[in-house]
Amino acid sequence: MQKDANLSIANPHPKDADVWQKLGLAIAGVGLLVLFLSWGNVPIPAAMGLTIALVGIIGGTTLYAYRLYMRQPAGIKNNGVWFKSLINRGALGWIAGIILTGFYVLLYWYPEYIGYKPNGANEGFVALFDPLSQFFKGKPASQWFLYGTLYTVSILALGIKFLFKYRHNSYQLKRTVSVIIAQLFLAYLVPEILEGLNYNGQTIDGHGIYYDADIKNVWPLDYDFFYGYHLDAMQQEAYQPVGVLYLIIGIAMFLLVTPILTYYVGKRWYCSWVCGCGGLAETAGDPFRHLSSKKLSAWKLERWLIHGVMVFVFVMTAATVYGYFWNTGEVFGLNIYNTFQKPYGFLIGATFSGVIGVGFYPMLGNRVWCRFGCPMAGYMGIIQRFKSRFRITTNGGQCISCGNCSTYCEQGIDVRAYAQKGQNIVRASCVGCGICSAVCPRGVLKLENGPEEKRHDLPPIIIGNKSVELQD
Amino acid sequence: MEHIVIIGNGISGITAARHVRKLSDHKITVISAETDHFFSRTALMYIYMGHMKYEHTKPYEDWFWEKNRIELKRGYVERVNTNAKLLTFVGGETMPYDKLVLATGSTPNKFGWPGQELKGVQGLYSYQDLQMMEANTKNIQRAVVVGGGLIGIEMAEMLLSRNIPVTFLVRENSFWNNVLPKEESEMINRHIREHHVDLRLAAELDEIIGDENGGVKGVRTKTGEEIACQFVGLTVGVSPNVNFLRDSGVELNRGVLVDEFLQTNIADVYAAGDCAEFRKPNGERRPIEQVWYTGRMMGETLARTLCGRQTAYQPGHWFNSAKFFDIEYQTYGWVWPQAKDTEGDFYWEEAGGKICLRLRWDKASRKLTGVNNFGFRLRHHAFDKWFDEGRTVDYVLEHLRDANFDPELYKTHETAILEQFNRENGTSLRLKKKSWKRILDFVS
Repeated sequence: MQKDANLSIANPHPKDADVWQKLGLAIAGVGLLVLFLSWGNVPIPAAMGLTIALVGIIGGTTLYAYRLYMRQPAGIKNNGVWFKSLINRGALGWIAGIILTGFYVLLYWYPEYIGYKPNGANEGFVALFDPLSQFFKGKPASQWFLYGTLYTVSILALGIKFLFKYRHNSYQLKRTVSVIIAQLFLAYLVPEILEGLNYNGQTIDGHGIYYDADIKNVWPLDYDFFYGYHLDAMQQEAYQPVGVLYLIIGIAMFLLVTPILTYYVGKRWYCSWVCGCGGLAETAGDPFRHLSSKKLSAWKLERWLIHGVMVFVFVMTAATVYGYFWNTGEVFGLNIYNTFQKPYGFLIGATFSGVIGVGFYPMLGNRVWCRFGCPMAGYMGIIQRFKSRFRITTNGGQCISCGNCSTYCEQGIDVRAYAQKGQNIVRASCVGCGICSAVCPRGVLKLENGPEEKRHDLPPIIIGNKSVELQD
Repeated sequence: MEHIVIIGNGISGITAARHVRKLSDHKITVISAETDHFFSRTALMYIYMGHMKYEHTKPYEDWFWEKNRIELKRGYVERVNTNAKLLTFVGGETMPYDKLVLATGSTPNKFGWPGQELKGVQGLYSYQDLQMMEANTKNIQRAVVVGGGLIGIEMAEMLLSRNIPVTFLVRENSFWNNVLPKEESEMINRHIREHHVDLRLAAELDEIIGDENGGVKGVRTKTGEEIACQFVGLTVGVSPNVNFLRDSGVELNRGVLVDEFLQTNIADVYAAGDCAEFRKPNGERRPIEQVWYTGRMMGETLARTLCGRQTAYQPGHWFNSAKFFDIEYQTYGWVWPQAKDTEGDFYWEEAGGKICLRLRWDKASRKLTGVNNFGFRLRHHAFDKWFDEGRTVDYVLEHLRDANFDPELYKTHETAILEQFNRENGTSLRLKKKSWKRILDFVS
């Protein structure tokens, strides 16, 4: 009788953390600890502290993820997802949710509590970021510089983790490299460098003149693009030709680029390949994707909310543009700032997209904002649903109704409901992350762009059964 | 309006119920002793592994049944009186029916091994089996899985997900080689070992050894080797769950004997899915088909007959799928472990040893007869249509890009496959570009 070596003796528990993984966690932990200590005003030299924090978080996470995933054969890594406290609405999940939510509340409304002092030297948390801000643009950090830096570091560090996790999946690798690059360069480095070169963020005649220099932050997601201060800033003489270029690109992005690309490849080109909100959701948020609700009632709520926000931003922007060109400050007797801009900024811009959108990752999943709120997603969703070549094709009769696709759909689409009928998935909300296709154990789902013809067809019966086919 | 009663809320019974509702206004009752609601049996492993919770394995939300007027009854039918058309439940409750569908599925096989009734020894088929496995595998040092088939390898994967070392006893000298050809089977052997499973080929269970508390302490193989373990998974196939029908007058063999209309020897009594056994098998198919897809198709077909449109079960071209740890498998048409004398055979494997393709065709006509693909995905509609149209192996290879179903941006294999085929067969086939027109024509 053939006798096989007992390989499992050599490595009986491949998934237990080894010493390198623990070291990686420890290094990342030290990085995080430095952030918390600085917040508590522990006197750490900012330049050294920030270096330890950023390098520690990125390096430690990379080491940890490398050891965690590379010791196992490539493949889907969802073992134990529903057993873990952090990602299954357990105690750790609640703690993470409360910390994140609290951080956003301070960031938006009480930045002084994280050390931001506009009229004096920064303290604590924000002060830690002063050296880097000085390096880029020769001035102290703001709370937004701190936020942008941490946001980018999160996408980078957890994006690298994601790359190891999905190393067998070429679509996931390319998509994730794309969101990391988009965040690092378009959203972070380029705007900071432009400020350093005096193309943005200068104080002119006693006023800080600033425009958003992230070309992929497209109106209507970037809801204040048409605000007077913003349009003026882009036309500021000192910023030319960059400012006007950003104005032209900004208009072209929503008017031309978005509809054309969405027609050809679906809204995924934006939501899961370049968008910053999507970038965070797909990297830092990836472990929470299964928490989205798949109930029909959630879908109904989603349609009201996302389109409601979209109408709100359209009306708000129309009033804003009217006010800008006719210089009225009012429309139909309504104060434009108080009636439109202020409520939108508070309710949607800050509360929905920030506090709820990210703070509630551990409760509602990683795409709460993208699914229920984002007006850009709403706009592209309408194109994707009615005039696009994108669909998720179902592979004939191969579905076994297991539910992995629906469970791991961050947008809460009940993918299985379509797959088990042999029907293509054509949904406004699909961001094309491709995870349903990745987790399907039977090779049933394929994201693809093809002719619009037959895109919506529902086959009378799933193929494979001639008894029924023949009579239809 | 008739009362159609379906025993069993698995894929066959539920599909029948749904389609009866689509076609008619009959009163429908679905009985199950297992769970309140329909769930996907194929997903049981993922609950244990923590990929999903039980609720995620339910394909329909709980309101679906009331909305579609499908009554659900939790209970175990003990006796079927086909003369009085009356069911009796454990506990004495009764239920009359006009038409009865038996869709009771299977139970795991046990072949009379000493010790097979010990605590910690079990198969895996039902939700209760899964709960038992949860309890039986708490704090154990090693598990032994017996049986080299689909459930066996799934059970090994489940146990490994909990960091429980597994010894996998396979009677054959290579994994699932009564279905898979040699190369595919060996690929899976390698992959099982890559996951640190202690795979023992040509190893047969002789006895399960108990401890003083009625639990398991080990197994002994036919060669006398003892392996210490606290859990034994018996995954040596399943048999139709029909014991409760022994005195009912419904004719049984291994399963409920049915004709092509899924009708039993008794009027108004039908059977579908795992528990049905065809008196006359369909072509190359087995008389008992224990596959998700065939269960679904029998349900679809039977619903027509129940609603007055007598319809014979005529499954189309065979297809199936599975996943062995990280390697996906699909098959279309027939690929026997060994090619028949009349069949041509082609096998391509990627250098990494985790992706392969096998084609079989009829030598005389060169018509394709079957395909196995591992580690990459192929379009069901393409092969279904190509079999319908009697396409040759040459045609299929030239149009292979139309059938590629891997995610976008993946490395493709068509060029390598064609090169090897041309080299081995002296052909000069040229790859055609992918055509959306042809792909859409598959579906129509």
